[in-house]
Amino acid sequence: MTPIPMDHGLLLAAILFAIGLTGALFRRNLIFLLLSVEIMLNAAGLAFVVAGARWGEPDGQVMFIFILTMASVEVAIGLALIVRIYHIFKSIDSDSADKMKG
Amino acid sequence: MMIAFYITSAITILSTLLVITRKNALHALLFMIISLLSLSIIFYLLGSPFIAALEIIIYAGAIMVLFVFVIMMLNLGRASVNQEKEWLSGKIWIGPAVLAAILLAELIWVIAVHEDIPVSPAVSTPKEVGMKLFGPYLIGVELAAMLLIAGIIGAYHLGKKKKVVYHRFMKGGTK
Repeated sequence: MTPIPMDHGLLLAAILFAIGLTGALFRRNLIFLLLSVEIMLNAAGLAFVVAGARWGEPDGQVMFIFILTMASVEVAIGLALIVRIYHIFKSIDSDSADKMKG
Repeated sequence: MMIAFYITSAITILSTLLVITRKNALHALLFMIISLLSLSIIFYLLGSPFIAALEIIIYAGAIMVLFVFVIMMLNLGRASVNQEKEWLSGKIWIGPAVLAAILLAELIWVIAVHEDIPVSPAVSTPKEVGMKLFGPYLIGVELAAMLLIAGIIGAYHLGKKKKVVYHRFMKGGTK
């Protein structure tokens, strides 16, 4: 049973992060924006877990738990904001809310 | 183990690509769940079964259900799919994709310059993670608790309907 090279785990994290970044840049739907941010957070967590597995220490997993907590709070607030924006502007286009105090 | 890792990585990348290109939000969520499940297999292969369980329970179980709930509450149907087609038409995605590809190439270059180091085959049990979490990282746990309470209060405040008050003597009902 050959072990997994660390580089390949980090490469997977980098690819996932790039995909999430692309999605966050070119989607206009707010729900997809939030999903892309989730993908990026997941990729960052994967990098932490891979780095933790490299040394055989559970510290990377502890950081992943913190990222998980932060992601769930972010999703709760973000979805509340999306519902609010939809009720005000009747649209979940991110360009509909481009004015402050509009 | 290696082969399982590469197959699962391919599935993860493919399903994540499908997530950001779908037009229907619900289909994207289903692909996201596949992506999370395969990522959880990768965590298991990397020797962290506790994180694999958390990934399924919290991400695929709680966060994705929250997304589904909001999509159903907003009732986004055929109209929003047509609107997505309108938004995604043309070459709008080329610029972001090129920028992200440049960033990815840099990341790959940074990662790939040194020799291969294998990950340690040691499996860390939930007990070890808990000992770390409530030992050296206790301050982080307390900060996470504060973040969660702020999140609950914030989501409640944003989600509740405002009462319309015309005057302090004639309080109107909700609009």
